[in-house]
Amino acid sequence: MMTDANNMLDAKNAHELNKNSGLKAIGSWALEYIVTIIFVLFVLLGFAVSKDVSLNYFFSELNSRVFRNAFLVLSLIIPVLAGLGLNFGIVIGAMSGQTAVAIARYYGLGGVSALLLCSVMSFFFAGLCGYFTGKLYNKTRGQEMIASLIVGYFANGIYQFLFLFVVGVIIKVPATHPMIKPDGIGIRMTVDLMPVNKGGLKYALDNVYKIPFMHALLILALAILLVLAIRYWQNIRRGHAHKNRPMTFAFNILMCLVIAGISAHAIITKSSLMMIPKVPVVTGLLIIGLCFFTEWIMKTKLGQDFRSVGQSQHIAEVSGINVDRTRIIATMISTILASWGQLIYLQNMGTLNTYNAHTQIGLFSVAALLVGGASTSRASIKNALFGTILFNAMFIMSPEIGKSLFGQPALGEYFRTFMVYGVIGLALGLYVWKANKKNKIVIE
Amino acid sequence: MSETLLCFKNVSKSYYGNTVLSDICFEVSAGEIHALIGENGAGKSTLMNILFGMSVIHSTGGYEGDVIIDGKKTFIKTPFEALDAGVGMVHQEFMLIPGFTITENIKLNREITTPNIASRVLGKRLETLDMVKMDADARKALDTLSMDIEEFTLVEGLPVGHKQFIEIAREIDKTGIKILVFDEPTAVLTESEAQNLLAAMRRLAQTGIGILFISHRLDEIIDVADRVTVLRDGQLVKTMNTKDTDVVEIAQLMIGREVTITPVQTDAKKISDEVMLSVKDLHVGMPGEMVRGIDLEVRRGEIVGIGGLAGQGKLGIANGIMGTYPSTGEVVFNGNPLALNDPRATLASGIAFVSEDRKGVGLLLNESIELNIAFTAMQVNGHFLSSLAGWNLRNDREIRENAERMIKDLDIRCSSSLQSTGSLSGGNQQKVCVARALTQKPQFLFVSEPTRGIDIGAKKLILDLLLRLSEEYGMTIVMTSSELAELRSICNRIVIICDGRVEGILPPDASDAEFGLMMSGSRGLTKNADLEPVH
Ligand SMILES: Nc1ncnc2c1ncn2[C@@H]1O[C@H](COP(=O)(O)OP(=O)(O)OP(=O)(O)O)[C@@H](O)[C@H]1O
Ligand SMILES: [Mg+2]
Repeated sequence: MMTDANNMLDAKNAHELNKNSGLKAIGSWALEYIVTIIFVLFVLLGFAVSKDVSLNYFFSELNSRVFRNAFLVLSLIIPVLAGLGLNFGIVIGAMSGQTAVAIARYYGLGGVSALLLCSVMSFFFAGLCGYFTGKLYNKTRGQEMIASLIVGYFANGIYQFLFLFVVGVIIKVPATHPMIKPDGIGIRMTVDLMPVNKGGLKYALDNVYKIPFMHALLILALAILLVLAIRYWQNIRRGHAHKNRPMTFAFNILMCLVIAGISAHAIITKSSLMMIPKVPVVTGLLIIGLCFFTEWIMKTKLGQDFRSVGQSQHIAEVSGINVDRTRIIATMISTILASWGQLIYLQNMGTLNTYNAHTQIGLFSVAALLVGGASTSRASIKNALFGTILFNAMFIMSPEIGKSLFGQPALGEYFRTFMVYGVIGLALGLYVWKANKKNKIVIE
Repeated sequence: MSETLLCFKNVSKSYYGNTVLSDICFEVSAGEIHALIGENGAGKSTLMNILFGMSVIHSTGGYEGDVIIDGKKTFIKTPFEALDAGVGMVHQEFMLIPGFTITENIKLNREITTPNIASRVLGKRLETLDMVKMDADARKALDTLSMDIEEFTLVEGLPVGHKQFIEIAREIDKTGIKILVFDEPTAVLTESEAQNLLAAMRRLAQTGIGILFISHRLDEIIDVADRVTVLRDGQLVKTMNTKDTDVVEIAQLMIGREVTITPVQTDAKKISDEVMLSVKDLHVGMPGEMVRGIDLEVRRGEIVGIGGLAGQGKLGIANGIMGTYPSTGEVVFNGNPLALNDPRATLASGIAFVSEDRKGVGLLLNESIELNIAFTAMQVNGHFLSSLAGWNLRNDREIRENAERMIKDLDIRCSSSLQSTGSLSGGNQQKVCVARALTQKPQFLFVSEPTRGIDIGAKKLILDLLLRLSEEYGMTIVMTSSELAELRSICNRIVIICDGRVEGILPPDASDAEFGLMMSGSRGLTKNADLEPVH
């Protein structure tokens, strides 16, 4: 009797407290996801103001961009969880990938087998670079993000030295090679990777197997449905029923069903949505594979160590975890994944922008992750994928907004840059602000 | 039984030329509970840090002398090696990761894993976590301590008492442990929780583990320990069998003079009839210390004690009014309604707070003692600031003078007021917290567990100081404490909290039985845990 009354009272309390803090909770939620909200609004604005963006155009653009970038963005998750923050150092991975591609191109290798060779080469390049980057992060504890930016610039210097000077002056190369500058020293600004059917690397992965966009969407929706259901069931079976959130679950299931319904409808009626270009299956599978890999590794001892170190280096150390080594491993994994991500990116682009392709990668990938709702200390696969989609949607829409609002697509370009740096600046600002708040004395 | 497990031989340690331990020699045998006792700053934690290979020791020049474990001279450089050598430690400051569940914390770096394809090729670190088994183990350890909290609860936001138990559960869960160190494990526990723990310790010792037990509660030591070693100012005074000694002798040896804590009740003080603080229907959402509707009136000049068992909500009251946890209800202070959930306003209205959680909301560990003491008064009340052409400047001289006075009054053992608080001993950090609250010159003071982890000499100092503040300056004080004796020694009346509500109010001279009955809750028949009355 007494306990019943207590429970009721408790429930009432909780309710009252909730009511009081309801508005506050919404406020802090909005603050938490401010970046995401701004981006969603921005894209919606784009649709509202621009007349000639068809859904088809939007999806085709988005489609190719997402497949190009998702892998890179996903490579950022592990360092965040290991407490290293946003690893701008993935540019080093990107450079490793480019080096491998340059070598393959120099020897005229092409096709899937060449791409495989590239991935093996970049595994070693990036692994080595990642090791040293990790060492550096251990020496710059607490300043990893700044260090990662700087180390990116530093590595860029070495990269340029290598590609502009060493190739040609130290390693003799024939000036007649299409990759080499006419004077025989250094690699050209842009190198054509040649289509795969002409023995090159362009679309080497993408063209292996393709299916229509709508089919892919249908399969994906159904697959996610299945995964969600299995997870729900497993939680119950293992006695973790408390981890299941029925409302979220129902919402997700509903979303999946709606998407599946729309795509099924489009397939049956052969609506204009079927005009969206086909999607590269292998690339997609690799991205999904990376998602599973990330999930899996976080469920291993190593992953748990990442989290422990990320939460408190001191306590992890005291518990006997080799903090330095763990952090180096996290950095290496991230760098290697980024190098593979860059391979996917390059084979899709079809040209190697020798001195520019990597410079933006760090910033853009980080921005995409943040847009997906991640922060410097918290990131998930959901954040990465959603962020990639939303960020690229912004990229597609901003020239359109520039055009229709100001009559100048170029303005949209500025907007784009502004958004990228704004997002990163905001995230870093929030990081410092939160860190300070934590340090503040007493009762805040 | 008498096989020697651990032996310190001529161990000395100095921090920056300051000798904190010199020539310590004593032994711990298998199956023994060996108590280590000494004033705040006597060097107990330092000795344990040496045993545990903590990095503070090695980054400040290491130590001299030998540590001999199981007959072998061992030089432990990292906590990891300590684990390997079979040394476990329950830390005085919590070593828990707030963002992890209880299970994850208990199993920290000792996760149970199952091999998979990848791990067979690439090494053990890629084995999959077996959460089911880990949960089961955690459950078992928690059950040993009779804790009925769910193992998948996040540690963040749990009350200190629970955190301490989780820390202990982790040690209990370890296998291959030969020596277990408890650094003031009971400081944060109530008597009945402490009894639970002592029982668990005895059980552990029976399995042949050697236990080193640091505590300031002398009666506990007499109760549970086989031998006791007394430290004073880094020197070993004496090692004795507990059955040949008593509380008085130990206290004398450790302080070097005689101390007694007697109830100092004076009638000289006048308490006005004016109600200074009135609380109506206060609810506080403090996890583990829920307050479920409390009415309370405090008159000007009074010292009110709040007592009760852990988890019943006594700690929630001050935290709710001060705004550290969300609360609802009606609080009137000095005739004006007090905004809840607004710590700054509450502080500014002249209420100060010494929190029970000195690690969480307590101190800026990298800053100097004097700055820590002045901080709140400076931030909230604008003291110690002199304004110069519109800029507020810190008045360093005043800050220092104030700090030095406090250091003297509270006997804070430090090298100077510029020492960083992080390098103080645990008990001295607590004193800095008290000093900070007093510096605000509040009319009204909430103190929660003010003497936790403080040796009996200093305890008397703090209690005397509280009494003096009330008598000389008419300060009104609400003291929350798990130690009944402490409440009874200075309070005018004692409010007992049970199940988040006021169970009753007793005068300090009420009998033990009355207190015991009330704390267990007269209607507590529905619950049978924590029923034994407290002495
Ligand atoms: N990191 C450090 N740097 C400088 N001095 C230190 C450091 N850690 C501890 N000390 C000093 O060493 C002395 C012993 O401290 P220790 O923590 O061992 O005391 P304790 O006996 O555990 O006291 P308590 O009962 O208060 O916990 C103290 O005077 C303290 O100021
Ligand atoms: Mg100590």
